[in-house]
Amino acid sequence: MSQLDGDGQVVAGCTDFLPGLRRGSRIGTLVDITRIPELRGIRIEMDHWRIGATTTWTELIKHPLPKAFEGLKLAAREVGSVQIQNSGTIAGNICNASPAADGVPPLLALDAKVEVCTPAGSRVVDLEDFITGVRRIALKPGELVSAILVPSVAESTGSSFLKLGSRKYLVISIAMVSAAISVDRSGTITDARIAVGSCSPVATRMPELEKALNGRQARSVVDRLEVTVDQVASLAPIKDVRGSAEYRIHAAAELCRRAAIQAAGRATCELASTDAETAE
Amino acid sequence: MNLLRFNLNGREVKVADVPAAERLSETLRERLLRREIKVGCNAGDCGACTVLINGDPVCACLTLSHQVQQRDVATIAGQVAQGGIGARLADSFLAGAAAQCGICTPGMVVSAAGMPANGATPSETDVKDALGGVLCRCTGYRKIIDSVLHAHGVGDLPASKSGIAPPGIRMNRVDGSRKILGTDEFGDDIAPPEALVVKIVRSPYARATFTIGDLDSYVKENPGISCVLTARDIPGINRFGVFPQFVDQPVFAESETRFVGEAVAAVVGNPEFMWWFDPNGFPVSWQELPAVSNMDDALAENAAQLHDRYAGNTLCSGRVCTGDPAEALEAAEISISRSFRTSFVEHAYIEPEAGFACVKDGKLVVHACTQAPHMDRDSLLDILALPESGVVVVPTAVGGGFGSKLDLSVQPYLALAAKVTDRPVRLCYSRTESMQSTTKRHPASISLRIGASAEGKLSGLEFRGLFDTGAYSSWGPAVTSRVPVHASGPYEVRDYQAMSQAVLTNSAPSGAFRGFGVPQASAALETAIDELAQELGIDALEFRLRNCLDNGVPTVCGQVFSQGVGIRACLQALESGWTKTRTEAFELNVERESRGDPLRRGVGLAAAWYGCGNTALPNPSTIRAGIRRDGAAVLHQGAVDIGQGSNTVIAQLFVDALAIENMELELAGADTDITPDAGKTSASRQTYVSGNAARMCASSLRRQVARSLNAGEDAALSLDGGRIEVTGSGDRRSLDLASLPVNESGYVFDCQETYNPPTTPLNESGQGRPYAQFGYAAQIAVVDVDVGLGTVAAVQFIAAHDVGKIINPSLVEGQIHGGIAQGLGMALMEEFVPGVTNNLHDYLVPTIGDIPPIETILIEEPDIHGPLGAKGLGEHVLIPTAPAILNAIHHACGIRIRSLPATPSRILAALKETAIGS
Repeated sequence: MSQLDGDGQVVAGCTDFLPGLRRGSRIGTLVDITRIPELRGIRIEMDHWRIGATTTWTELIKHPLPKAFEGLKLAAREVGSVQIQNSGTIAGNICNASPAADGVPPLLALDAKVEVCTPAGSRVVDLEDFITGVRRIALKPGELVSAILVPSVAESTGSSFLKLGSRKYLVISIAMVSAAISVDRSGTITDARIAVGSCSPVATRMPELEKALNGRQARSVVDRLEVTVDQVASLAPIKDVRGSAEYRIHAAAELCRRAAIQAAGRATCELASTDAETAE
Repeated sequence: MNLLRFNLNGREVKVADVPAAERLSETLRERLLRREIKVGCNAGDCGACTVLINGDPVCACLTLSHQVQQRDVATIAGQVAQGGIGARLADSFLAGAAAQCGICTPGMVVSAAGMPANGATPSETDVKDALGGVLCRCTGYRKIIDSVLHAHGVGDLPASKSGIAPPGIRMNRVDGSRKILGTDEFGDDIAPPEALVVKIVRSPYARATFTIGDLDSYVKENPGISCVLTARDIPGINRFGVFPQFVDQPVFAESETRFVGEAVAAVVGNPEFMWWFDPNGFPVSWQELPAVSNMDDALAENAAQLHDRYAGNTLCSGRVCTGDPAEALEAAEISISRSFRTSFVEHAYIEPEAGFACVKDGKLVVHACTQAPHMDRDSLLDILALPESGVVVVPTAVGGGFGSKLDLSVQPYLALAAKVTDRPVRLCYSRTESMQSTTKRHPASISLRIGASAEGKLSGLEFRGLFDTGAYSSWGPAVTSRVPVHASGPYEVRDYQAMSQAVLTNSAPSGAFRGFGVPQASAALETAIDELAQELGIDALEFRLRNCLDNGVPTVCGQVFSQGVGIRACLQALESGWTKTRTEAFELNVERESRGDPLRRGVGLAAAWYGCGNTALPNPSTIRAGIRRDGAAVLHQGAVDIGQGSNTVIAQLFVDALAIENMELELAGADTDITPDAGKTSASRQTYVSGNAARMCASSLRRQVARSLNAGEDAALSLDGGRIEVTGSGDRRSLDLASLPVNESGYVFDCQETYNPPTTPLNESGQGRPYAQFGYAAQIAVVDVDVGLGTVAAVQFIAAHDVGKIINPSLVEGQIHGGIAQGLGMALMEEFVPGVTNNLHDYLVPTIGDIPPIETILIEEPDIHGPLGAKGLGEHVLIPTAPAILNAIHHACGIRIRSLPATPSRILAALKETAIGS
């Protein structure tokens, strides 16, 4: 930890660090944290799941997790390629703070928090507050992200992740959406959480859309859901080689619609299976 | 002292003093000389460097060497050596023709070997998921998928022979094993680790003047630097180019740079110093000037002029006309006018330009990845002011070329650095340098007017194509001469006028890229043809059949072929597939619409033709061969194999014509000192032109042998224990090779033959015989369009190609698959934006998940000029793909995209416009 206050730099999967390395860039001490067992692995604690900072995407995919994490697992499968998933870590994805970080929308939809290890102990920050801008995070010198904490979610929660790109693999998204939808015993949506990535400097939740979904019957959402461009107007996409701003807004609305339908559908399936178990 | 220890392919290795930030790829390649690790991007974008760490595939370029401390690292060599799945994959990749250029192959095999083994038989999706991180630019991936599945016991591969098989028989490529094992040596695989390293200082601006500062102090302050090279150090002419009248590109800019990435200096230093070399510290000051960024700007009045010698920023133009198109269009039942635009397309071979040079016996020896060794040598002689004996160019294995490695890239810097330092030197472009500074496909701005009679016969075509040729000429003149000849498509057009113009802009030079402008022209024409057919209510395939060329029908150049025109056969071969896929699409769309599914299936078609060899210019190939005393035949084959398979095909053609049973074949070269000039690997000419030269050479060798035996030319000959015998018909004559005198080349018989296609120059109306033969093609594309998001997924291709005579079915299919993959990229995703898309994650090429099954239908309409009737194929394969996809998109959802690539943004915008319109 002491190294991090000076010229030290934390590295883990290196899937962003090494591509960013330019000839001529002077490198200080590199602190590789991938062999610290405490920082790795997934376990349940009290009221949350703890995903160690250096847990790779592959480890996340392989770890048995509740259905609510399906969106996160789908995102993990779409991170770059198997090679990247084998090296890249969940905390690295967040700390790199790319607007197109695949892990961020599903973690936002899960209300994830970031555990920061400081010389004085540790603090927990909401993910929403941790990423403050393009390539900017609320991490002070000498601090280290130690884990991602995901609060326990209601059993009847379905989640989804949709990534839009111009090709199948190794693609940086034009837009992406993750939804997590919880329902009560009657199938009424109690908590809808939808997050959009690649359409603003930092991936963001869509509170208006969530409000419109809360209280609706999940089944009716599966049958019919409209998401208008106005409902995602809070996004501020840029135009780049991957797509125009106008296209991104349109695509975000359509992806929100599809992601919400999928999550609602999975939530009702969950509900049905819990009911079946209760009946037995 | 730091000591890195790990297990490499099962053996412990120890490496001392590895810097903290060193990549595993570098440690393996440079400290442990494991050059089977190929590096394509240093960014995790291509996967070529994939190794297994503790069994899991990772990119060695994205792994710090110190992170493998005490771990198991496996490369392709270890995977194959240990037997099991690694060895099965290697066998399967060879028999399944899954390797073309071979630069991605080790990464592919290692990724496949690292697939999670959960006991279950893998599906196609499993294979794609496992290999999705490795880009291949040659194969179109389908043979890779089949080979991986076969290695896991799923599916059969067609039987393929090892050793030289007769023409028509499927055989493994002669260089296949070393490509799969990674032992084939590419541009950056030759240099010893201690070689001096060359780095280029490049212009950050599209147009700028510059002043180079105090180089003496710079060199003094940086003791790692051996020398700095600039324009002043060029002993000869500081210019190169491919056409003698257009030699205009400087090795080093002299006072003004004309594109982002143009070289102004080269720094040569020891590898330790150059590892940290920062071009930003180089003493040069820049004065940015207003640049001409596109053709509209370039042709505007008062536009800045790129070169004094090219008035109005126009490099050159071309023209073909016949009949009276204006009158025919007037008389036509219907006519339409359309305009069409395409983008810069990057070759994106996985091997960046690289090479090694040294001085040997007073001669400069330049090893580099190239498609044109003799042309390289001639340019280097001019640049270095050396006599012919002063330079030898030895092509390394080429990790994909597609046209761009026809031009000089690293060669002059290597040659000059080796000459000045008298030390071995190496240079490997970074991916960014490769993309910034080497040639691109010309963006085109095309307008055309085309008409048809009520019976569906074409009536008049006017075509005008502007081609953005970038800052220097490169192959711009080849594009402007080729396009007007081809812009009619493979159709009978009696009244025709086609004009082309190459326009200079401050962009990287546009050069040769598979098709020389014809794919762009074809995209415009074939989509317009579809519209005409639709307006007339005639089926798109039927319409093309009514208009296609035939034997005895003149082309727009007035060339009449009495034989060999195979377009009708190609179109007819698609008839059943066309009906089937169109019917299925209709039924599927009805069902999808009823359940609110946003996907729409569409089926499109396009046809193409392509002249093999240079356009109306001499285009000879020379091949030499000899028979040694020990009974081996040696083929001096200078046609560079860039993955397409000329090493294999030319050997097959040679052995077949030599026809001496049991005679072993050795391949010599390519090397400008030992192989005569077999021309460039371009223009789909190697099978046809060099293949003919090889057969002529074999026949003449055979005649010499037969004469010595007093036998007829057609006598059956065979080699038996150092003696050539006349076999059959009870003849017992034989020739003891050991008894014959050996000439200065070391042969008992040898000869050299040249073939030059019979063409004539075109007159000012473009009339004449531009090519001795054309190849023909027609393809069907089946796509799904997501009308909610504007995305397109290809579902299937059916490709009918007239190849005249199949020499090696595996290689023919490989060309078709690879061409379709590049055509799909051009249609849907590829757009190079100078200064912006300088890497393989902003510039997208198709991945293994983007290429659907491809059904190939091979037509053999022999051509009398071709060896055994064979025709060229290398470029034909991608020409129909983009328009077939565009026509399929229209069939799926009713929109016409006339600006490539058809990105989701453009498709959705068009869908919205149509929705508003209706």
